[in-house]
Amino acid sequence: MIELGPHAAYIVGAYAGVAALLAALIGWVAWDAHRVRQQLRALDARGIRRRSDSGGTAA
Amino acid sequence: MSLDSTAKKPNWFSRLAHPGEFLRWSGPWILPLSLLTALLFAIGLWLAFFVSPGETENVGTTLRIIYMHVPNAWLSQFVYGVMAVAALGTLVWRHPLADVANKAAAPLGAAFTALALFTGALWGRPTWGTFWEWDGRMTSTLVLLLIYLGIIALWRAFDDQLRAGRIAAIVTLVGAVNIPIVKFSVDWWQTLHQGSSVLVTGGPRMAPTILWSLAVMMLAFTLLFLVLHIVSIRTEILRRRATSLARQAAMGADA
Repeated sequence: MIELGPHAAYIVGAYAGVAALLAALIGWVAWDAHRVRQQLRALDARGIRRRSDSGGTAA
Repeated sequence: MSLDSTAKKPNWFSRLAHPGEFLRWSGPWILPLSLLTALLFAIGLWLAFFVSPGETENVGTTLRIIYMHVPNAWLSQFVYGVMAVAALGTLVWRHPLADVANKAAAPLGAAFTALALFTGALWGRPTWGTFWEWDGRMTSTLVLLLIYLGIIALWRAFDDQLRAGRIAAIVTLVGAVNIPIVKFSVDWWQTLHQGSSVLVTGGPRMAPTILWSLAVMMLAFTLLFLVLHIVSIRTEILRRRATSLARQAAMGADA
C-alpha cells in the first residue's frame, strides 16, 4: 500500500475527481459521435444521402 | 498531355481544410493515438506513485496532486490557444474546418479548466488552509472557465452555425486577453499561488524524478485532448452533414 500521508483524502479526492470527470467527458464525446452516426444511418435508410455518397454508407 | 496530369494536386493545407478529407485521414489515427494516450497515462501514474518522491519541503505530502493539477492547468490555457488560432482561421482565412475546431474544443477546454480549479482547491486546503482565495491566478482561471461556458452558450444560441462561428471567433479573440493574465498573474500580483517552477530562467526548480513524472502526465493529458478534439471535430462535421440532409429532405417534401 502506498503511503499518502496525513492529507491522503485530498490526494485521493483529486485523482478520483479527475478520473470521474474525464470518464464522463470521454463517454459524452463517444455517445455524441454514436448519436450523430445513427442520425446519418437513419437518413441513409430513408434514401436521403449526399450525391457523392451514391450507394455508399452515410458515415 | 492529359487533363489529369496537368491538374494541380491540392497541398497538405487544402487537404486538411476540406471536411471530407479530414474525415478520411483522421479516422485511422484515432485508435493508435487512444492506445498511446492510455499507455502514457499508465506510465505517468506509475512514475507518480512509485518513482516520484511522496513529498517535498514546500508542499509536503500533497505533492502528488501536482500530477493532476498542472496538466489540467496547462490544458486550460493550451486549449484556449487552439481555439484562438481556430478563430483566426475563421475570420482571416475562412478555413472550412476552423469554426468546427473552435466549437469542438470549447467543452473540452471548459472541462480541463474546471478540473484545474477543482484540483487546485483540493491542493490549496492542506497547503494554504483554504479551498479558495480571490487572488490573481485563481480568479483569472475562474474567468477563463466563464469565457469557455459563454462560448459554448453562444454556439448553442444560434441555428445558423456559420453566423455563430463568426461571433464565437470574435468572442474567442477578445477573451484571449485573459490568457496572459492567467499566465503572468503570479508575477504581476502578490498571490497565494506559487510562481512558475518549470519554465523559468536557469531551468526547472524541481527534482528530475518529479519533472519526468510531470512531463509524462502532461503529454498524456495533451494527447487525450488531441484524441477527443479529433473525434469531436469529426462528429461536428457529420452533424452538419446530417442537418443539411434533413433540411434538404424537408424542403423536397414541401415542394
